[in-house]
Amino acid sequence: MPVPESSTPRHGVIRTALRTMPWITRICAFWLLVVIVTAITADLIPRLPDPNYQAFVFGLGETLESPSWNHWLGTDNVSRDILARVIYGARVSLIFATFCVASGLVFGGLLGSTVGFVRGRTEGIVMYLVDVVLAFPALVFFLFVVTMLNSHGLAVLCGVVGFLTIAPYTRVARANALAVSNREFVTAARAIGTAKRRILFREILPNVYPTLWSYSLLVAAVLIILESTLSFLGIGVQIPTASWGGMINEGRRDIAINIWPMVPPIFALVVTILSFNRVADWLRNTTAVRSAAL
Amino acid sequence: MKEDRVAADALTAGTGSTAGAPLISVEDLHTSFHVAEGEVKAVSGVSFTLDRGQTLGIVGESGSGKTVLARSIMRLNLGSNVVTTGSAVFEGRDLLGLSSADMRSLWGTELAMVFQDPMTSLNPLVRVGRQVTEHLRQHFGVSRAAARQTAIDLLTEVRIPDAEVRLRAFPHELSGGMRQRVSIAIALACEPAVLFADEPTTALDVTVQHQILNLLGREQRERQMAMVLVTHDLGVVAGRTDETIVMYAGKVVEQAPTGRLFSDMRHPYSEALLRSIPRIGQPSHTRLAAITGRPPDLVNPPSGCSFSPRCPYVQARCVEEAPPLAATDDPDHRFACWTPVGSPEARDSFGRNLAAGLPQTVVVGGAVAGRSQGLADTIADDGAGA
Repeated sequence: MPVPESSTPRHGVIRTALRTMPWITRICAFWLLVVIVTAITADLIPRLPDPNYQAFVFGLGETLESPSWNHWLGTDNVSRDILARVIYGARVSLIFATFCVASGLVFGGLLGSTVGFVRGRTEGIVMYLVDVVLAFPALVFFLFVVTMLNSHGLAVLCGVVGFLTIAPYTRVARANALAVSNREFVTAARAIGTAKRRILFREILPNVYPTLWSYSLLVAAVLIILESTLSFLGIGVQIPTASWGGMINEGRRDIAINIWPMVPPIFALVVTILSFNRVADWLRNTTAVRSAAL
Repeated sequence: MKEDRVAADALTAGTGSTAGAPLISVEDLHTSFHVAEGEVKAVSGVSFTLDRGQTLGIVGESGSGKTVLARSIMRLNLGSNVVTTGSAVFEGRDLLGLSSADMRSLWGTELAMVFQDPMTSLNPLVRVGRQVTEHLRQHFGVSRAAARQTAIDLLTEVRIPDAEVRLRAFPHELSGGMRQRVSIAIALACEPAVLFADEPTTALDVTVQHQILNLLGREQRERQMAMVLVTHDLGVVAGRTDETIVMYAGKVVEQAPTGRLFSDMRHPYSEALLRSIPRIGQPSHTRLAAITGRPPDLVNPPSGCSFSPRCPYVQARCVEEAPPLAATDDPDHRFACWTPVGSPEARDSFGRNLAAGLPQTVVVGGAVAGRSQGLADTIADDGAGA
């Protein structure tokens, strides 16, 4: 009696989910794909000008230009190509978001899962510290560190915010680990003599992480906004490095002359954030263990 | 592999359990949970002994403490608010006093458990084959290939067709019955001496229940395991267990060799449980003989006998004084009741309660009238007398 290969339905689930993806979500996913790919391959794109090339220095370029054949998205106040700056700005946003999310996933995910499973005094101490970190205004903390170090830039940004990101991840992971620990298969694992460490790595973590993955896209959206905010305020990445928030800030000054230079970074920011949220929602719905009947 | 198992069995049979002593002997076990409302006495004063090859049935409705009892012996009750006292001696060692490291060496290899709901007792993200062999490899350091072969053997043994293909399946790809078979295979993998089956068929279809119970029974006989079968269904216990414990509100109300329990049922609660099983011979639309009332609050149990508020034979004495678990003429048959079924006291109080219109007595009176002529006659006589 032939039995269907058991692993096929799993791929089937993913394929069905992709096929039934709503068209708005498709557009969002496509946009994210475009942003990510262009950010990674920015140096290889033909005809893309250097984002920091200021033609006007040589008396050649025009400033605050609207879109043209030479500058598809126009130029800014010092005649830099806005398209190039938007693409390189995406790079900053994505590096920052990826680094912080990775930090949260690795440290927060492990820490939260562990304390949620082990419980006891350790849990109390860790969760208290998490509450302290969460209660502290991130912006004030960041300003404090920047002042103390007397420097800012992408590295400082990643370091500080990467550390802060651990806290919310710890909280989410702990909540999930608590729920997973109470499920019967964990007791079943104990009942066959599985060591605690093994239960943590084989039973708890694999069941906690799916939730963290979809949480990550939401966090990434928040982080990109945070980076833009800090750059807008001038304490994010250092000029002349392109960043969306910084571009909006620079465009703001010449808003009376030409509003155009502000438009592409704002559009990129808004659409990217929307896309992250939209795709995160979709991902959570399709991977939720309960509702997908896994 | 098979030979190894037999040899291993012979070895444990030779060296294990000091002569005469039972494999596992539980003495006066109490388990309570400390909660905000007070102390929940989930299990109070349970004692039994169990030998290799024997099966003990634990029967009771939801909340009677049977699962907590099994988990107390296995030391699987988590939380700092759980207190277990008494003793549970397994092969000369008191399980309740062992360190968690010692316990871990017994879990799986000596004591194993099959859980109630196979939908939740398997890890949804790990393939079935790996779940079956995981602890084999862990406890005995079996190689990957050998473990795979053992997994195939085990799955075949629990009657899973195409075991080799099923190894790669995830739990959600299997039916409930299949999953329970997998759980049984997992429990059997390390050749435990005692298997606790905690309502193994409650979550399953009736037809599948039968298969699973037969499977458990066969494995138990072949492996000479001791088995504790926890269930709420007296029908499951009949014919499958050597001894039966009927629990109510955490206490043992009747304990007897299974055959004698059914031939000479003494406790009103056992009788009520038996009566509540629908029979095929009954005409359709026969009212189900449910036990009136609810299980008692375990924080503030009723005074006297905990079953007294629901008992059709209740007397003044039942509310004042809790009856002890005692044997009468047969030392193996013990029960805790002042008005045991069939005794003159029971007959008296039944007539009185019926005349007084006590709800639980009236319900039983009606149900009995339709079923058993003998008892109905007594009720009629008593009614006329009263």
